[in-house]
Amino acid sequence: MKSVQIPISDEAIRELKVGDPVLLNGVMITGRDTVHKWLIDTFIKKTRPPQGDDLEVYAALKPILSGGVIYHCGPVVSGLDTKQYKFVAAGPTTSIREEPYQADVMKHFNVKGVIGKGGMGAKTLKGCQEVPGVYFHAIGGAATFIAQSVEKVLGVYKLDFGVPEAIWVIQVRDFPAVVTMDAHGQSLHAVVEQDSGKILEELLQK
Amino acid sequence: MRDLTPEILELIRRTSSDLPKDVEERLKASIEKEAPGSAARGALETILKNIDLSRKNSSPICQDTGTPIFYVKHPEGWSTRKLKEQIRTALAEATKKSYMRPNAVDAVYDKNSGNNLGGDDFPSIHFEEVDGDELTIELMLKGGGCENVGAQYSLPDNRLGAGRDLAGVRKVVLDAVHKAQGQGCAPGILGVSIGGDRGTGYVKSKEVLFDKLGVRNPDPKLAALEERLTGEANQLGIGPMGFGGQTTVIDTKVTGMHRLPASYFVTVSYMCWAYRRRKMTVRGDQVSYDETRRP
Repeated sequence: MKSVQIPISDEAIRELKVGDPVLLNGVMITGRDTVHKWLIDTFIKKTRPPQGDDLEVYAALKPILSGGVIYHCGPVVSGLDTKQYKFVAAGPTTSIREEPYQADVMKHFNVKGVIGKGGMGAKTLKGCQEVPGVYFHAIGGAATFIAQSVEKVLGVYKLDFGVPEAIWVIQVRDFPAVVTMDAHGQSLHAVVEQDSGKILEELLQK
Repeated sequence: MRDLTPEILELIRRTSSDLPKDVEERLKASIEKEAPGSAARGALETILKNIDLSRKNSSPICQDTGTPIFYVKHPEGWSTRKLKEQIRTALAEATKKSYMRPNAVDAVYDKNSGNNLGGDDFPSIHFEEVDGDELTIELMLKGGGCENVGAQYSLPDNRLGAGRDLAGVRKVVLDAVHKAQGQGCAPGILGVSIGGDRGTGYVKSKEVLFDKLGVRNPDPKLAALEERLTGEANQLGIGPMGFGGQTTVIDTKVTGMHRLPASYFVTVSYMCWAYRRRKMTVRGDQVSYDETRRP
């Protein structure tokens, strides 16, 4: 199994192909629905002015995200009272909800990898070719197992978004995933959807 | 009236961290159907490791601890108002203990309540008075990923060539499985209701999921449909996590209801592999826990 170190270089990204199992190592952030909408509205499309600590958080995220990875995950976290945070359960959430935002976020921050489940669509696949970047598929529901690869919670931003929607900065070791969309325009999800669609057509004729 | 809060807390802990054996057995059996070295097989292997680990650690199987759906059946004389309060107290406590993720978000103001309690509708609790002297509380935790791929069809459906009969039901259910792809965390379990209105359709399509896997509808026509749907859904080749493979659906449960002459709804609730359900029974001083509605 290939070990991938974060931050990831363009060269390393281009070497990854659909079907490759990988183990990710380094620092990444969690970010899902609220975070993506907030990034797009505040810093990319700029339809709302920055408020509160927005600019401060943006400045802190930029270096982590350049060459970095966003994990679509809303974890169960212990130690909320004491701020001795620990990930108890941390599997991926469904990624397709970020389809309207993902490619723009990747391009804006030079994000090299997105981890989630269920795959993403054509716009993100095109984004993966341009950045270049890849989509890593983690095993949905395998939350306790995946939480074991989170060595340390380094910090949290936007906790007012709620525990699942906050931006958790985590250090991971041997985080298991499979490349299902690569920087060369290949997507396992597009293939499975098309193949199963043909079989569905046949079944509907019966 | 007895305070059941600690027992309900235990019900929540078990439901969130300990996957029922009938589900685990089916997942184990499906491994052999997937090619050695395939992503599909790897996914199932990881899933089984996770089931083991969550059980040992009393930690959530899935970080999305879902919508808590309670069904309470009580003999005459119990206060449903007090039971509701006990369930809510236990749920907030379970959230503190990290058995549950804070999952109740105000849809208008986008605010997470932090303790899994939100208005009168979160958690969802159904009460029914029953004969006899046993009180039962059933709990299902249904994650958002699989809830989002649920679907309701109003038949006839011209696009799919689905008429108002069981042949039409078959077509729309297969369409729902195709649309879901891997996004509902396949391999999944299908809960299907035929008839009702839009509201009761979704309620019933979830209720059938309390029953043990492999238990067929007593109506032979529906039993045959259940078997056929599982078989044909697997022919689609979507596979675990949508990676492609043999195991897309591990069981299907269909139930029929009455409908209005004008309406013919088919409702599909897709349950992810992390199929979390438990039942707690109170008989006098004794409290016991089961993994399905009819063990």
